[in-house]
Amino acid sequence: MNEVVVAAAIGVLASSGVWLMLRPRTFQVAIGLSLLSYGVNLFIFAAGGLRVGAAPIVAAGAPADPAALADPLPQALVLTAIVIGFATTALFLIVLLAARGLTGTDHVDGQESDA
Amino acid sequence: MNPQAHFVILPIVLPFAAGVMTLLVDERHLAAKAAISVVMTLTLVAAAVMLLRFVDVDGTQVYRVGDWPAPFGIVLVADRLSAALVLLASGLGLACLVFALAHWHREGPRFHTLVHFLLMGVNGAFLTGDLFNLFVFFEVLLAASYGLALHGSGPARVRAGLHYIVVNLVASLLFLIGASLMYGATGTLNLADLASRVANMGDGERALVESAAAILGIAFLTKAGLWPLCFWLAPTYASASAPAAALFAILTKVGVYVVLRIWLLLFAAGSVAPTAFGSAWLAVGGMATILFGTIGVIASQNLSRLASYSVLVSSGTLLAVIALQHPMVTSAALYYLVASTLGSAALFLLIELVERGRTAGADVLAVTAEAFAADTLSIEADDGAGVPIPATMALLGLCFVACALMLAGLPPLAGFVAKFALLDALFRTSPIPPFAWTMLVLLLVSGLAVLIGMGRAGMRRFWASPEVAVPRVRVIEMLAVAFLLAACAAITVEAAPVLRYLGEAAQALHAPRGYIDDVLARP
Repeated sequence: MNEVVVAAAIGVLASSGVWLMLRPRTFQVAIGLSLLSYGVNLFIFAAGGLRVGAAPIVAAGAPADPAALADPLPQALVLTAIVIGFATTALFLIVLLAARGLTGTDHVDGQESDA
Repeated sequence: MNPQAHFVILPIVLPFAAGVMTLLVDERHLAAKAAISVVMTLTLVAAAVMLLRFVDVDGTQVYRVGDWPAPFGIVLVADRLSAALVLLASGLGLACLVFALAHWHREGPRFHTLVHFLLMGVNGAFLTGDLFNLFVFFEVLLAASYGLALHGSGPARVRAGLHYIVVNLVASLLFLIGASLMYGATGTLNLADLASRVANMGDGERALVESAAAILGIAFLTKAGLWPLCFWLAPTYASASAPAAALFAILTKVGVYVVLRIWLLLFAAGSVAPTAFGSAWLAVGGMATILFGTIGVIASQNLSRLASYSVLVSSGTLLAVIALQHPMVTSAALYYLVASTLGSAALFLLIELVERGRTAGADVLAVTAEAFAADTLSIEADDGAGVPIPATMALLGLCFVACALMLAGLPPLAGFVAKFALLDALFRTSPIPPFAWTMLVLLLVSGLAVLIGMGRAGMRRFWASPEVAVPRVRVIEMLAVAFLLAACAAITVEAAPVLRYLGEAAQALHAPRGYIDDVLARP
């Protein structure tokens, strides 16, 4: 049941992210990118296997039993991915504002389509 | 660990230190920044040369960061290919920095810092032996390249930069999906460990690895500019400032390098399957890229766009020929990679110097001039004696011809040696596959297209009417262009040792067993 919920969450995040990214307004693209990166982060997290109540660190003194522990590597990866995604989204927002200021429109092509 | 072993990490640490140092110096002390930059980049080039000689003599070097053994700790691996590409990137960085000292580094904040972080990311991507670390170095180089693409600002740069950032952010997300899928399927991210585990997998298990590899491939091929993932490239490169565009010439090669490295490591022909996974796609995509680039070169009226499309032609050529998975072809392709990077970087720098004397809107005039036969009117005004071409123009023209020869692949420069080596290698196999004939036609046609495009543009710039102002060029800018062209000349004159070295690099790429054993060996 857990797997279905997580899979559905990733799917919903990714699909709404892709849909927003294909929209013509720069802000929609920014939100789409954020949603997509949330979906991807969840995906990385799930790549290590879903476990409830398992710590990724061996407790002091306790014997190290891999079966009782969660995989720490995807957790480290997702942390890195979150930080990098956060920074690049911030950078994208600055460029978005610069584009708005220089072209006077928030269309991704810098001009309104004629249609 | 002998002190020499630390050369492996120097190409990452030096630009990082330089980036931090230039960040700490205030923007008002630009001379101090420039001095730090040049000294550190010279040190970097020296370190890269040492690394190259070291690797060539002592073989592949594995650097265990924190001395943790391979599949658990992070490793840096310097083999012949990595060392050569690190040297190429560092030399290119030096040329672009020196070129920018004339005026470009004053056009926007923190130019030096961005260049150093870009070099750090590129060198890191060449040296890392770990899939996730590759992602981190990719992000470092991408973040720096976003800044460099926008350097100098202006609507054209911001508009192209916006598209560039979105495309690359999506590619990075695909990279993450691929990397985590790969981890989920195999339980490792170390490239050597990955390769040895994939080789021992059954057919059923390999499906997940192959889909992960395909997703990773899309991310790398976007960077390399494979058609149809390349539409962002021409506007970004054409609108970027000259030193940034010249540096970007190496970025597509990073994509090609990663494809070459990971793909040959995981799916080398014969190791797990008779034909490598996805080689047909790579060949067809590469050929389509050559065609797209060729049409772009012919259609460009603007010199920077022409140069951008020639970058596409070269990355298409590389991707198409490495799909053949033949060591001889790969070694010729590596020579072509070095030659085309140097040639297109020199061209990007040169274009800015040549265009400097022209007024805005001249490109539009150039398009309409032929349609209205505007040229013919002014001919009678000449007195027949002709006008001497100013010395600056002559020098620029000479460099332009050298760039054209490099990119079109005509003798006597390295471009010819590269294409000749490629064709020679393609026709060594018997029976000659139809692929070789198609590549022959594509290589010759794309060379001809570059020659036509550059010849047409060159005639308009250098044989134009004398009232066009002669561009004011600083010696230091010519020096940077001359340095790159001298490097082209050097690899032409010393083609035999260079090809010998790259041949050994290609042999090692096609025999991944050695790489795997080196990395996974117990210290």
